[in-house]
Amino acid sequence: MTLSRELVPADVPSQRIALVDLLDRVLSGGVVITGEITLSMADVDLVTISLRALLASVSALAEEST
Amino acid sequence: MSDDRGVWAYAITADAGDQDVSWLTGVADATVRTAPAAGLTVLVSDVDLNEFGEAALRRNLEDLDWLEGVARAHHEVIAVGSKLFPLLPTRLATVYSSDASMAAVLGGRRDELLAALERVGGRVEWGVKAYAVPDSEQPEAMRHEPASAEGGAPAGAGGRGAGLSYLKRRKAQLSAQAESQRSAAAGAHAVHGHLCRRAADARLHPPQSPQLSGDKRPMMLNAAYLVDAGDGTGFASEVAAAADAHPELDLNLTGPWPPYSFAGDEGQSPARRDSG
Repeated sequence: MTLSRELVPADVPSQRIALVDLLDRVLSGGVVITGEITLSMADVDLVTISLRALLASVSALAEEST
Repeated sequence: MSDDRGVWAYAITADAGDQDVSWLTGVADATVRTAPAAGLTVLVSDVDLNEFGEAALRRNLEDLDWLEGVARAHHEVIAVGSKLFPLLPTRLATVYSSDASMAAVLGGRRDELLAALERVGGRVEWGVKAYAVPDSEQPEAMRHEPASAEGGAPAGAGGRGAGLSYLKRRKAQLSAQAESQRSAAAGAHAVHGHLCRRAADARLHPPQSPQLSGDKRPMMLNAAYLVDAGDGTGFASEVAAAADAHPELDLNLTGPWPPYSFAGDEGQSPARRDSG
């Protein structure tokens, strides 16, 4: 059997959801409703920003552990 | 509202919004409330622009701990809200200066938002990821063995013979790896096509970085499927059957999620068309 089912997001505390799966959805999914009077992020590539943050922190962890 | 307060939006619903949601806690531990906007209702909470304004957001989004806390809080409100009424999640970090400015922005897109709510109503999202299983971990009969007919240079032949034999073995190994990748890609394509036929809609996310997922195996598929809320068990059995039929893949099912991947206005997804 090569099926693993690890999460039930709507039914379990969100701490158990893999962050990477959650970010796939909250950063690139969801409806984008912006206009002139939206304060933030209208033209910002969320995925790029946060991916940079994630990769930076992953490599920092890797360095710590060596 | 004072100048340094903004409004963070979680989700949009056509519900009347007369339910008490003040027991819900959102980003930065703020109390969640409903705000009417152009005949729709939005789940929102008030946020401090010193933390959630544009400049602050650009800075904070690069802080992994901050991002994780905010992403989980945003999700929690949407996940609970989706149990109360059909909703469209909003993209993370949608912030308005006031309820009134939010209503003005939403007003211009009302018909489109109602149509999207109609599309996702009564449906949930399931995530399916497929990893290529290394050849050596597959059942023996399924392996792509290097062709052995010409690979059998006698051991201990020494010198040039041993070198040639190594090169031949290495070449066969590499071609078996390539074959195994091809087979995993074809398998992922077939699984996706099959699941598309079972779903109301589908979206493809880019494969996750191995550094982030912690899984070094190549990710061949990272897809989301929009499925009737009552059909979760049926969909999960389809995925289980696909997993049995494709030993070259390790399938991972997540969900049910609120319909994040289907809240946008892209219309029919390219993924759907690809699957034929």
